[in-house]
Amino acid sequence: MTHQPLQSEVTHHYLRPKKKFPNVWCAGCGNGIVMGALIRAIDKLGLDKNDVAVISGIGCSSRMPVYLDFNTLHTTHGRALAFATGVKIAKPQMKVIVITGDGDALAIGGNHFIHACRRNIDITAVLINNKIYGMTGGQFAPTTPGGMIATTAPHGNYEKQFDVVKLAIGAGASYVARGTVYHVTQLEKLITGGLRKKGFALIDAFSNCHTYYGRMNREGDAVAMIRWFKKHAMPVEAAARIPPEKLKDKFITGLIHETDATEFCEEYHWLVDRLSGKEAEK
Amino acid sequence: MTMQKAIVKMLQGNEACVYGALYAGVEFFAGYPITPSTEIAEGMARELPRRGGKFIQMEDEIGSIAAVIGAANAGCKAMTATSGPGFSLMQENIGYAYMTETPCVIINVQRGGPSTGLPTKIAQSDTMQARWGTHGDYTAIAVAPSSARECFSETVRAFNLSERFRTPVIVLTDEVLGHMREIMTIPQAGELRVVDRVRPDVPHEWYRHFEITPSFVSPMASFGEGYRYNVSGLTHDQDGFPTAIPEEIKTKLDKLRLKIERYIDEITSFRTEMMDDAHVAVISYGSVARAAYQAVRMARERRIKVGAIQPFTIWPLGEIRLRELLIPIKKVIVAELNMGQLVHEIRRVAPRHTEVFSLNRYDGEVMTPHQILDKIREVL
Repeated sequence: MTHQPLQSEVTHHYLRPKKKFPNVWCAGCGNGIVMGALIRAIDKLGLDKNDVAVISGIGCSSRMPVYLDFNTLHTTHGRALAFATGVKIAKPQMKVIVITGDGDALAIGGNHFIHACRRNIDITAVLINNKIYGMTGGQFAPTTPGGMIATTAPHGNYEKQFDVVKLAIGAGASYVARGTVYHVTQLEKLITGGLRKKGFALIDAFSNCHTYYGRMNREGDAVAMIRWFKKHAMPVEAAARIPPEKLKDKFITGLIHETDATEFCEEYHWLVDRLSGKEAEK
Repeated sequence: MTMQKAIVKMLQGNEACVYGALYAGVEFFAGYPITPSTEIAEGMARELPRRGGKFIQMEDEIGSIAAVIGAANAGCKAMTATSGPGFSLMQENIGYAYMTETPCVIINVQRGGPSTGLPTKIAQSDTMQARWGTHGDYTAIAVAPSSARECFSETVRAFNLSERFRTPVIVLTDEVLGHMREIMTIPQAGELRVVDRVRPDVPHEWYRHFEITPSFVSPMASFGEGYRYNVSGLTHDQDGFPTAIPEEIKTKLDKLRLKIERYIDEITSFRTEMMDDAHVAVISYGSVARAAYQAVRMARERRIKVGAIQPFTIWPLGEIRLRELLIPIKKVIVAELNMGQLVHEIRRVAPRHTEVFSLNRYDGEVMTPHQILDKIREVL
């Protein structure tokens, strides 16, 4: 009988355990759950560690690459997708993954985000969405719902909230999904699907920041916040059968949008081929 | 041995930069349109795909330099080109390149500022920004050509220096240089030296991306080669992992400085003219140097003992060599198209007995030989 490796052994294989642990995240943070799901997705696809590049910006989520035993690039705030674009074009054979947060991708990095979607470049972006700036201590983000408390919205947030899924679809991403840190198996599947997809894939991963968001808004500890995801998540298939008024306090999860469009690097490769063919004819 | 036929071309400075970069082996260009640098992006868009290289027009200058750094870490010789406003936008990520010791080349075709300033007019007002543009302590390298021929050779040298020292290198040209057309002979393959970054020769598990070596320059592996290192803009240890240990922080910052300061003689380069018996010298760079040479010849006709010094490397300036040049000089004029930037460095470097004068123009027009000649006669 062959030895079936334990899940923890599999995870361990993809970490830099001797170098960087313990991690910087608060006890109960959802970032570790997303990291676990990402590792299992990569393992399931049997990707070679040397062929995977993980690139991040700045924030709690963006600390993830340091712990992962791949080619890792921890960049400047909001710019991860632009750095990743350079890596992907330079080495199209590599699997390029971006780990970002809601503030990182949607506020300071909003421009790079829409253009990465538009180019449909083969990058898988996992956006850990905790509706707040965690690393700087709890300021409101473009994803913070109206009325909620943050350190820079002490009287309640009076700004509108961003729906990243709609933005990504509108900008041209070919794979758009949403998961949560409660629905771990689904999250793993969604990331796997994103990694398989040729083109720009976005996985909006709802996560908990009980340290700031939860505490300031009296949403409880990590467990209570993760339970909230369980209660309010509505799979996209089920949502289609339910009248819209019943979806008021729900959010949609699952693979929300998928299309087949030509991918940037492929298109560029064809151009190079076409030009070299032309030169040969001369 | 077969003699290759010399290729003579009529080129803009911007086009010469393109051909220089191609000569140096550029494989990746990311940029964003901005006057007066756009011809460089246009040239790259035309030439790179033909040669199997990569070109991308990014959504802004911030993204351009980010993509360049990403590609450089994936193993490419990579560059971008811009002008004042774009150069300002790039500063944060240029700092990231200093910190992560990523080789890349940034061409800044200078125009008038501040702000949007004068898109179609000349200035040299980014001289200091090329040295101190991004926040933090670091040592910058910036080179400055003064003709189409030098746009070619200095771009090659910029790539060589960036690969040699694992650092971003800035090429400072200007609007007039970028758009002026001159006849030049394209150097043949092998005529100019082309340097590639040093690759690691150790097993994967021994590799340290920021290893402290005797020369302070670390060999560089690329993504996807099996080394699996971490790169971070956070102050890091030799393995690239963020650190808060005082000794490691100091070691890292010293490395950034020493890897360049130790090789100043290799990095700096001057052209001097009629300096042998001169009592007065004109120091200038870029297109102003052209006017300076003419002014010096005109002054010599009037029996004024004046010479010209043109630094090709603006940063680091090479203070020991420059001070030697200035020892016999009583009066030095620093001519530049700004309100006085390089002059501060010259004041710092000049021997005590050398009086330093500043000649400035900042109305969007070129410095004329007559202006410089008038100043020479004024200081006599």
